[in-house]
Amino acid sequence: MLFEIFYIILKIVLIILPLMIFIAYLTYFERRVIGAIQLRKGPNVVGPFGLFQPLADGLKLLTKETVVPTNSNKLIFLFSPILTFTLALVAWAVIPIDYDIVLSNINVGILYVFAISSLGVYGIIMAGWSSNSRYAFLGALRSAAQMISYEVSIGLIIINILLTVGSLNLTEIVLAQKNLWFFIPHFPVFLIFFISTLAETNRAPFDLPEAEAELVAGYNVEYSSLAFGLFFLGEYGNMILMSSLTTILFLGGWYPPFDYDFLYFIPGFFWFFLKVCIILFLFLWIRATLPRYRYDQLMRLGWKVFLPISLLWIVITSSYLYFFEKF
Amino acid sequence: MNKFLKIIKNTLLIEILEGMLLTLKYFFKKKVTINYPFEKGPLSPRFRGEHALRRYESGEERCIACKLCEAVCPAQAIIIEAEPRDDGSRRTTRYEIDMTKCIYCGFCQESCPVDAIVEGPNFEFATETREELIYDKKKLLDNGDRWEMEISKNLESDSKYL
Repeated sequence: MLFEIFYIILKIVLIILPLMIFIAYLTYFERRVIGAIQLRKGPNVVGPFGLFQPLADGLKLLTKETVVPTNSNKLIFLFSPILTFTLALVAWAVIPIDYDIVLSNINVGILYVFAISSLGVYGIIMAGWSSNSRYAFLGALRSAAQMISYEVSIGLIIINILLTVGSLNLTEIVLAQKNLWFFIPHFPVFLIFFISTLAETNRAPFDLPEAEAELVAGYNVEYSSLAFGLFFLGEYGNMILMSSLTTILFLGGWYPPFDYDFLYFIPGFFWFFLKVCIILFLFLWIRATLPRYRYDQLMRLGWKVFLPISLLWIVITSSYLYFFEKF
Repeated sequence: MNKFLKIIKNTLLIEILEGMLLTLKYFFKKKVTINYPFEKGPLSPRFRGEHALRRYESGEERCIACKLCEAVCPAQAIIIEAEPRDDGSRRTTRYEIDMTKCIYCGFCQESCPVDAIVEGPNFEFATETREELIYDKKKLLDNGDRWEMEISKNLESDSKYL
């Protein structure tokens, strides 16, 4: 019994630790990529190629003072970053990095991920509300509205995948893509899914909750030190989570791009990692390219464009399955 | 028909893809960053940096305390006091520039009849206290001695455009 608990904790640490390092280096990667696109070099001073920059940043954040605003609701104020960060990590329990490398292979995996990512809104809205600051509150409201709107189309798109696979288990979803990755038959919704994940993780061009020019920094204006750090890590953790979800649902998870034997010598989690990195690069590339959406445009895109298309695609998928595959 | 084409263009994200290709091209371009404290950008000979009081080659200070610079200074950053020296020549006893007031317009250098006060090429003279930025005569003459080579070179290369 004790051994089993220890074993599970070990597995959790083995997932969380590389993830934290990945998150830290994602921030470095982001600064380098955006710098390169803007003809700059980005951080290159701390350590070789600036590789210790994330550590230096983290240490700096840790040594700062945690400022708690006088008028804030202190309990909720301090609880919400913890919630956001925890939720960003908890979803990793069901993400299969390779065949059988998964903490818990539950049969409603995708539902679990979806539920957890929906809960993410609470951390943000609690942070915005408890700060008792206008900017934070506006940012939190925007963020909540945006995440809820785009979750609708994400949910509908996931239904397409579920219909095609016939299972809610993430491992089985990947196994079903051995011969054909789902982004080929489901290409339009793959695009919509990707764009929705941008909105879901509050990334540019949908980073309205943060909109530096209008809202200073959005829901986390009042946060400093480790509390801010947790929000930051949570946000980047969500980016990685959403990228891996895209990989699992559309890009064939741990499968190599072509079905040749020699490609299977490279372990599956490497392919998974590579795909996640490509999608993350796309995130950063888009951030460096596109200007921010206006709020009404964002809402119009979510409700009037993505929602009907993903609904239509469900009809198409289910009709196809009904008439040709005889479900 | 036009509207239809526009819708097609929008749904296929053509313009966004064009923009993304452009930024990708920039991603691989040569970077313009210079590694600042180790690499520096070029400076014009007319660059107006830290002030310096120059000397003649004999070691005699150039300034004759005509106070033209004090008069022309729009920020009134210069204070000069003068007395005749023992040998009868007119020299400053006090020459101060408040670098926190100075706006680096270069009028002092332009007004100087003997090229004594100049703005040299140095711009890295940040200090930790405000007091250190009120330069006295000694500091300015020291600057002149330290930067004489660069200053005279710059003055010479710019002299044909005066």
